[in-house]
Formats: sequence, structure tokens, C-alpha cells
Amino acid sequence: MTLLKHREALLALVILLALAVIAARFPAFVRPASLANVFNDTAPLMLLAIGQMVVILTKCIDLSVAANLALSGMIAALMNGAGVPLPLILLSVVGLGAVLGLVNGLLVWQAGIPSIVVTLGTMTIYRGMIFLITEGKWVNAHQMSDAFKALPRHVFLGLPVMGWVAIAAIGLFAVVLTRTPIGRAFYAVGGNPHAAVYAGIDVGRTQAIAFVISGALAGLTGYLWVARYAVAYVDIAGGFELDVVAACVIGGIAIAGGAGSIWGAVLGALFLGVIKNALPVVGISPFWQMAISGSAIVLAVAFNAAQSRPKGRIILKEAAQ
Amino acid sequence: MTATPRMIPDRMHSPLTRALRSWETILVVVAICVFITNSLLSPHFLNAWNLSDATFNFTEKALIAFAMAMLIIAGEIDLSVASIIALSSTVMGLVMSSGAGVPVIVLAGIGTGLVCGAINGLLVARMGLPSIVVTIGTMSLFRGVAYIVLGDQAFTGYPKEFAFFGQGYVWWVISFELVLFAGFAVAFWALLHRSTFGRAVYAIGNNATAAQFSGIRVQRVRFILFLLTGVMSGIAAVCLTSRLGSTRPSIATGWELEVVTMVVLGGVSILGGSGSIPGVVLAAVIMGMVTFGFGLLNVPGIVMSIFLGFLLIAVIALPRLLRRR
Repeated sequence: MTLLKHREALLALVILLALAVIAARFPAFVRPASLANVFNDTAPLMLLAIGQMVVILTKCIDLSVAANLALSGMIAALMNGAGVPLPLILLSVVGLGAVLGLVNGLLVWQAGIPSIVVTLGTMTIYRGMIFLITEGKWVNAHQMSDAFKALPRHVFLGLPVMGWVAIAAIGLFAVVLTRTPIGRAFYAVGGNPHAAVYAGIDVGRTQAIAFVISGALAGLTGYLWVARYAVAYVDIAGGFELDVVAACVIGGIAIAGGAGSIWGAVLGALFLGVIKNALPVVGISPFWQMAISGSAIVLAVAFNAAQSRPKGRIILKEAAQ
Repeated sequence: MTATPRMIPDRMHSPLTRALRSWETILVVVAICVFITNSLLSPHFLNAWNLSDATFNFTEKALIAFAMAMLIIAGEIDLSVASIIALSSTVMGLVMSSGAGVPVIVLAGIGTGLVCGAINGLLVARMGLPSIVVTIGTMSLFRGVAYIVLGDQAFTGYPKEFAFFGQGYVWWVISFELVLFAGFAVAFWALLHRSTFGRAVYAIGNNATAAQFSGIRVQRVRFILFLLTGVMSGIAAVCLTSRLGSTRPSIATGWELEVVTMVVLGGVSILGGSGSIPGVVLAAVIMGMVTFGFGLLNVPGIVMSIFLGFLLIAVIALPRLLRRR
């Protein structure tokens, strides 16, 4: 556990260091308002990274989160167009996201299909459904009501509501993961599925619950995304699922399951968010972003592996590889 | 991913029942059904030139799928293949802009694939990192470099002779890509099913520790597999760049998922240890024919991808659900 804390502290240090380097030349970047903006901008990534982290803890992976986000967001936009009141829309997107997550979960639990295959399939199906519903049409800003667009941007205590939603989710899942039986079950299932069974934990059911959580968060983020950018179409958040997995990996969530903390996922997301927002400020072409986050992932994995390598004397060198 | 214990039956069924029950047989039936449905639905399907056109839908992806199949059988995965195409294509564009001839362009493309494969291989085999995370990283890294070089620009103006690899025909309706596809299908079949290297790949996929103790140099085999996948991606990049006649950093976006779908549809277990090259060949043909058939019927590409998504889940879920009874 001290090792884990160490890892997250290190990542926080790296982020602070990056901020310090940027601030040395561009002090405006670290002004509170600017930092709040970076945090708010990273909120969708943090929300999805929390859900993804829970899924990865249980030895699974959810590649359908971005497609779920896009489908839920489109449904939110269409419901708004049909005059449905906002609270009902919010409930519906969270519910829809949870149902889409449940579909993944049931296929993993009941049909026993590896999660990477399931979510690879549902990823294309969910995104394809947006096309079937809209026939490829966009929902633009003027087709959305003002209240619908205003909610995520409403500033409260210097931070827009979208940022507060992320903070609320971090708080909620920090408690759920460390202080509740289901939270312990996520770690147990990923750490050692066989031991979890003997401890009376239903592995498949726990994995399905993880997918429902990931789906519900993706559904909520779908509304926030569509309302904030005031546009909904088939391809929104295309490829975002990889950023989400990247945030988890950088945050030290073990891809083999059972290890990692919510702070890691959040810091991993913030790391990517700081880079994304800092590049234009520093004057580096945004085209560098992809290569930088790629290098960050590789470095993070290499670092995590080096840290968690078992210490002890290797007695059979060839076999220890 | 829960690992189900692998059952070894007390006695084998007769060779005939085994052949009839095999995944490849199901794929052959599906392929025939697709073929018949397509020819009934569209009068333009059964036309030699149209069918030849249809092969371009799968040949390039299948080249990568052969190597990917071996990688997945060995229990690894490479999600960076589409990004390797982007980087290879960009390097070919750079080399072309500096005035190099066709052989140099092709070598540069394949060489870039080799280097990318070596990077993945070193990270996974030498440093012992999980391949899914490593290749998600290099997926961003390789395409990211292509974006740094090109930004929103594109390379065009490849020499005329270069067009042969993606647009040329060897004989009548037989394209160069189709010959390449057939040649590599046979080569990979021989490598996986008729060589000690192939046996080692299965052994590693079933139990890497046992393979290590039986004298297989596990990490070297893994490294070679990543190298092979890189080279095949480089070759696919040559074909695709030649066919399109231009390079953009967004080239081949999303192909990694289509290639994995092709491999899994071909009966390769995503958990490693089982699968065959004939299965992958059949899956490639089915995917190509379905895409082409939908195209003839003016069905949008995205509907086609929904269908493939369902197909992917259904073909894996059905046998598992049936076995439960």
C-alpha cells in the first residue's frame, strides 16, 4: 500500500513539475481561473477513467465507453428536442448508460465472452445505433434549449458544474471503493478470482456491476459533453476510449486487475489534461499531443513494471523471465 | 477475462465428425450463404471484375491478420498495427519527396514496419510489459509521429510505377494484392501449422511457463512475432499507400479493431492457444464479401460495422451458450 501511495505521489509530483516548468515562462497558465478551466476540461476524461478503473480492477476492459457516451449524448439531445424536462433527461441518460453497460456485463458474466471482444463488438454497435436513429444528421446548438446547454457551464464557486460533477464522482467512488463490501469485491475479483469465489464473491456478477458503473458514468458524461460542446453527431468522442485507458495506465492501474486507486486514475487523466491544455500555450503544435501521450503511456507502464517487480533472489535465471 | 479450464477429452471423435464440427466448416457454410445471398440480392455481384474489386476490401487487412493471428495464439496482441501503417506511409512519403525511386520507397515502408515491430517486441519480450498496454501506447506514439511530420498536410505525387502494388493486375482480374494475399496465406499456414516455430507459438499460448521449461525460448518467439506483425503492417502500408496514391496521418484509422475482429471471427481464441490460418482466410473473405454485398445494396458502411459487431459477439457467444446445455 505504501508503494501505491508512493506511485500516486510521484505522478502528482510530475504534474506539479510540469506546471512549474510551464509557469516559469507562462505564468498566466497557473492562475486559479486557468487551472479551474483545465480541471473542468478534463472532467469527462476523469469521469470515464473512474468507470474504466473499476472495470480494469475486475480484470476486464471496457472499450465501448466512448460509443456509449456518444449514444447517450445523442439521446439526451433528441429528448431535449422533444421537449422532455431536464431532470428527466439526466435520469434517462444515466439509466441508458447503465443499461448499455449492463449489456456488456451480461455478455461477460452469462455468456463468458472475454470483455475485450464484447466491448469491441458493442463499441461498433452502439455507435452504429446513433446512425440508425439519426440517419447521420447532426443536432446543432440552435436545436438545443438554453437550459439544456447552460447546466454544465453554470459556474459555481469559480468552477463550472461539469467540474463539480467530476469532484462528486471522485468523492463517491473513493468511498465506494475503499469503504464498502462491493468496493473490496472489485479488488478481490481482480486480485485473485479463485480466492474471491472461495470468499463468497460472485466473480461474474461483480464484473457485471463494474460494467454498469462504467456505463452509467459514460451516459452522464454523454449529456455533459453534448451540452457543453452544443453539438451531437455520430462521431463525437471518437477514439476517446483509448485516452480513457491511457489515463488509467498512466495512473498505475494494473491492467491485470486488482491493483490501483481512484487517485491514480484521476491523476492520470489530469496529466493528459494538463498536456493537452498546455501545448497551445507553450506554442507547440497540437499535433504533438498524440505522440506525447503515447510516450507517457509506454514510460508509465515501464515504470510501474519496474516498481512492482518482485524483489528477491532469482534461483533459476532462465525460468524467471 | 476469466480463464476457463481447458478440457481434454478421454477419447477423440472420429476425424469426420471433428472436421464437420470444426469452426472452419461453420465459416465455409457462412461464406457460401453470404455468396448466395449476395448473388440473389444484386445482379451485379457475379461479375468477375466486381468480385475482383471486392477483394481489395480485405487483402491488406488480411495480410496483417495472418501475423496478428499468430500473435494472439501466443497470448499477446498488437493494437498498434494501424498506426504502424500510418508511420510507414509517412516515411514512404518523406523518402518519395526526397526523390527516391520505387524500390527505396517500398524498402522504407517495410523497414519502418520492422523497426516499429522491434520496438513493440523489445518492450514486451525484453522488458516483460503487458502487450495490450504497450501497444495502446505505441499506437498513439507511432501515429503521433506521423501527425508531427504531416500535421494537416498530405503527401501526394507518388511515382506512376509505385501504383502497381495497390492497383496493378498480375493476370486478367487477378490483382497483385490478391496474389500477395494468397502467397502469404500459404506461407503463414506453413509457418504456423507445419513448423517447429508454429508449435512453439501454440505451446506458449497454452502455457508459457511450461513452454519455457520444455526448452522453448519464449521471449525470443514473442519478439519475432512482434517483428513479423510489424513487417506485415509495413507491407500492408505499401499496398494501401499505393492504392490510395497519397498519405495522410489519419490513414487506416480503426484498422486495428477490424484486424482483431477478423482474427477472432476466424476462430482464434482471444485468450490464446488455439486457432488456425485457414479460419482467418475464411473470415477475411466473409468480411470482404459482406462489405461488398452491402455496398452493392447501397447500405451505409456504418450499418455494415454494426452487423460485424453483432457477428463478432454472436459467433463467440453461440457455441459457449450451446455448450452449457
